[in-house]
Amino acid sequence: MTIKDDPAIRAGVEAAHESFGLSAEHAELRSVVERFARNEVAPVIGELYEAGEFPYEIVAQMGRMGLFGLPFPEAYGGMGGDYLAFCLVLEELARVDSSVAITLEASVGLGAMPIFRFGTEDQRQEWLPRLCRGELLGAFGLTEPGGGSDAGATRTTARLEGGEWVINGTKSFITNSGTDITGLVTVTAVTGRGSGGRPDISAIIVPTGTPGMTVSKKYSKVGWSSSDTRELSFDDCRVPAANLLGQEGRGYAQFLRTLDEGRIAIAAMSVGLAQGCIDESLRYVGQREAFGHKISEYQVLQFKIADMEARTHTARLAYRDAAERLLAGAPFKRQAAIAKLVASDVAMVNAREATQIFGGYGFMNDTAVGRFYRDAKILEIGEGTSEVQRMLIARDLGLPART
Amino acid sequence: MDFMNVVVCVKQIPDGDQSTYKLDPTSHNLVRDGKLILDDSDSYGVEMGLQLAEQAGGGEVTLVSMAPNSETSGLRTALAMGAARAILVSDAALAGSDALSTAKVLAAAIKRAGPDLVITATESSDGYTGTIPVQIAELLGMPSVTFSKKVTVNGDKVTVERQTEEGYDEVEVPLPAVISVTAGVVEPRYPSFKGIMAAKGKPVEELKVADLGLDAASVGAAGAGQEITSVVPAEARKAGEIVVDEGDAYQQIINYLEQLKVI
Repeated sequence: MTIKDDPAIRAGVEAAHESFGLSAEHAELRSVVERFARNEVAPVIGELYEAGEFPYEIVAQMGRMGLFGLPFPEAYGGMGGDYLAFCLVLEELARVDSSVAITLEASVGLGAMPIFRFGTEDQRQEWLPRLCRGELLGAFGLTEPGGGSDAGATRTTARLEGGEWVINGTKSFITNSGTDITGLVTVTAVTGRGSGGRPDISAIIVPTGTPGMTVSKKYSKVGWSSSDTRELSFDDCRVPAANLLGQEGRGYAQFLRTLDEGRIAIAAMSVGLAQGCIDESLRYVGQREAFGHKISEYQVLQFKIADMEARTHTARLAYRDAAERLLAGAPFKRQAAIAKLVASDVAMVNAREATQIFGGYGFMNDTAVGRFYRDAKILEIGEGTSEVQRMLIARDLGLPART
Repeated sequence: MDFMNVVVCVKQIPDGDQSTYKLDPTSHNLVRDGKLILDDSDSYGVEMGLQLAEQAGGGEVTLVSMAPNSETSGLRTALAMGAARAILVSDAALAGSDALSTAKVLAAAIKRAGPDLVITATESSDGYTGTIPVQIAELLGMPSVTFSKKVTVNGDKVTVERQTEEGYDEVEVPLPAVISVTAGVVEPRYPSFKGIMAAKGKPVEELKVADLGLDAASVGAAGAGQEITSVVPAEARKAGEIVVDEGDAYQQIINYLEQLKVI
């Protein structure tokens, strides 16, 4: 038996490679989550995915491991880790399954992070401990039927009336918004008009179960089948004025950083998926025979896998560089956009190549590469499409906005 | 008991499995030069120790390990799970130790911790001798219970469900005692990042053979009473028999089980 025959053994060899340059603690965390994903997620996720079921038990286990509190201070029930630690975890989870990874990414990055960053002390105390334990999941409602990347086109409105925000509108594709343990959705809404008619956008916390908020049934998605994604509609939905998150009228501006960070997280997930394609391909070519030989002996497949590895390595460097900049307090907007653009493309190409290597088996929903193929496309769309990433890079290089 | 001092013996073994292990061509001993990790089978003992200390209303888990080259990465994993401290015996003189020499070293190190209970795995995942738990117990003069699948501490006694081929024995022994636990006795926790960060600052006491008051000639290759004369690969497992159900599969399965005399 060669190393290539067994992904578990190979993963151990790989661990040293992927941990290069990490602190001992980051490396240990990476290795713990790698083990968790392999032992706890991999054996059960195929069936959940096929049935479109949310992985409640896995989420509970991740909660006990403290993964939902990773980048938050211990005072709020967090683990006192940093954003790189969070990205390493996402990479290792997505290496096995993206639905599980995006559930964590959305609850931490979009649910809890804005409350930690912009919330009042009361809001933090109310929500963060339970979010950090994974007992509650958080969601963020930004995208609408008429606009995703163009946040200025927000049509959802909120007006103050009798000490309450009255919210009306619809939000689309909201991750974690309808699980049994969803605690809140932070929605962006137009709360006024500034000079020149530009909308003032504010963010407002809407607890699950608030009358006037309707959670639709789950979308039927091409991929991420075990993650919870729904449309939300608000019809005179009333929440206390104190549920305003951050400054009134600054809702969009204050979340730009959240979106920039989120791009690094999606890049990390993309690298995980790309790595998963390599893991699976190495295992398969060592077992499968064709024309009297192990297919691992054919150079055409060796080169495919070598290219997959080279692309993944490059994308990993890109997201880790962006994360290191973030930790160092340096500007990282451009690097985050580059990482997201490059890594999501790598995920897509690797998923296509891995599926090709697996042949007919790769087209089956019950193989991991079948799942990877379905899960890869959204990475080029969510948290800013590839086109938006290019626009951000161009702007950052000083190229003019269209007038 | 309101403060329980538990020692858990842990082994740091080469990453991988027997297909990737390398043997020294002359001594036939496992080569342990590379990165070592916590033996998975020891994570059950660590978890058991942590749970017993919690149930006692207070207590600590001390790890005891013997490893070459001052290796601590496997210990860090167990410290991240929640163990309080570790005693590591690392000494070039220990190279080539057989099971009994290893037990002498571990017993001497365990004695320093003054435990109420000593927990080990049933056997290591790289050497598989499975003799260390009882050897330690004998050297320490403590009672031992092996193959524990359930462990309950009541005052100054420990009650164990001891796995047997037919079922289990219920065994009660006075503390301090040595017990070996099976995989599955408890579900080991995955360390949290907080645990990983905390492990950085936990004390690891590194000792040499002389610190334990042992004679260097009684351990290592010099003291080994056991010699490995050769190592041969195990016979490959034969392919299983597939029963295709054409209406009589149940009968074929019954026949097969009867032939094995299990029904």
